[in-house]
Amino acid sequence: MLSTPYLALENVSCERNGRLLIDRLSLVMELGQALQVEGPNGSGKTTLLRVLNTLSRDYHGQIRWQGQDLAEVRADYLRQLLYIGHAPGIKRVLTPLENLRWQAELYGDHKEQDMLEALARVGLVGCENTACHHLSAGQQRRVSLAKLFLFTTPLWILDEPFTAIDKQGVAELEAVIDRHVQDGGLVILTTHHSLSLKHGCRRLSLGGGA
Amino acid sequence: MSAAQTVQAFWGIVRRDLTVSMRHRSDLFNPVIFFLIVVTLFPLGVSPAPDVLKALAPGVLWVVALLATLLSSDGIFHADFEDGSLEQLLLSPQPLYLMVLAKVLSHWFITGLPLTLIAPMLGLMLQLPAAGMVPLMLSLLAGTGTLSFVGAIGAALTVGLRRGGLLLSLIVIPLYTPVLIFGASAVQSAIEGFSIAGQLAVLGAFFVFAITFAPFAIAGALRISVNG
Repeated sequence: MLSTPYLALENVSCERNGRLLIDRLSLVMELGQALQVEGPNGSGKTTLLRVLNTLSRDYHGQIRWQGQDLAEVRADYLRQLLYIGHAPGIKRVLTPLENLRWQAELYGDHKEQDMLEALARVGLVGCENTACHHLSAGQQRRVSLAKLFLFTTPLWILDEPFTAIDKQGVAELEAVIDRHVQDGGLVILTTHHSLSLKHGCRRLSLGGGA
Repeated sequence: MSAAQTVQAFWGIVRRDLTVSMRHRSDLFNPVIFFLIVVTLFPLGVSPAPDVLKALAPGVLWVVALLATLLSSDGIFHADFEDGSLEQLLLSPQPLYLMVLAKVLSHWFITGLPLTLIAPMLGLMLQLPAAGMVPLMLSLLAGTGTLSFVGAIGAALTVGLRRGGLLLSLIVIPLYTPVLIFGASAVQSAIEGFSIAGQLAVLGAFFVFAITFAPFAIAGALRISVNG
């Protein structure tokens, strides 16, 4: 039986500053998968993720989500999406708990207990009420990663989630990604780190051939 | 997405922005201090004679309030753009129109509202007649809301540029002029003993127009700025 793919790219091309970064990329992604986008700096990893999260519309080709054109079903798509970008998206003068609260309120999911638990899961016990600018770069990144424990959206798009995270943290993050994939989620991420996921991971190489 | 959740997200953004301003005291006090300092320059630079100041007062107070709003509007989206929270806002499942409205409302709370409240004191400094005090506050109350919306359009258009400050002024100041004309004229009319209902009605109409359409423009401008 032919089923509609969850997310499908057909001949997607992107250029940036006159350089063709992604050339007629076709790709089908299903729930229950992890996709690692890799490639040298400037090869278009972030550009691709920004096309996939709908922030950028500078592309040719078609992207279909559950069989429908992405631009037409954007609102429904965003409800399913959790994106963590290069910039962690946290306010430095606010505490981790306050940061998590305003982001959770955007998604209408905000039990105080769940937020404290999510912060505990990323190892921020005792820092919940310290302003983020007193925290280290890695701890600030962990604040935004705490959303992975809080939100239940099926699609995760993560841009360099391991930046500034220590070894222990990386292992925990891999475990979370593994569990999300196992629970039927789709994770698309960029990283230079070699991932060790139990369920394996598809790779997409951009730039420099391969 | 239920309406209750959207309302909660709206107030969540307002609460966040107000908390950030409370901790960054400079955001909160800079426009007011600017207003205060620039107004004190006029007696020093032009003339301390009460008659001269009295004639200048309505215009000066309105022009300086306008510049104070302009100065602060550069920052409406800038910090959010830098730290990535603007992306999170654009990608949230909530209607962007309302989220933008929340941003502008909190900007007005920390600029327009304090400027309106402090204006009578500066009016006294400039020998503004008592008859002009309430009209000054009423016209600022109605006018600064529009100024915040217009400033936010400029801020959204220039947020991705490295040195957008001057460009922002060039975009926004021409759009500020109708508000200035009717605002200053309301105060002037009140001093001369005429009714100000007409001017206030026009300012109110500007505000309704701004609150209805500006968020669309701001949301569109933000999408373009973040895309680039």
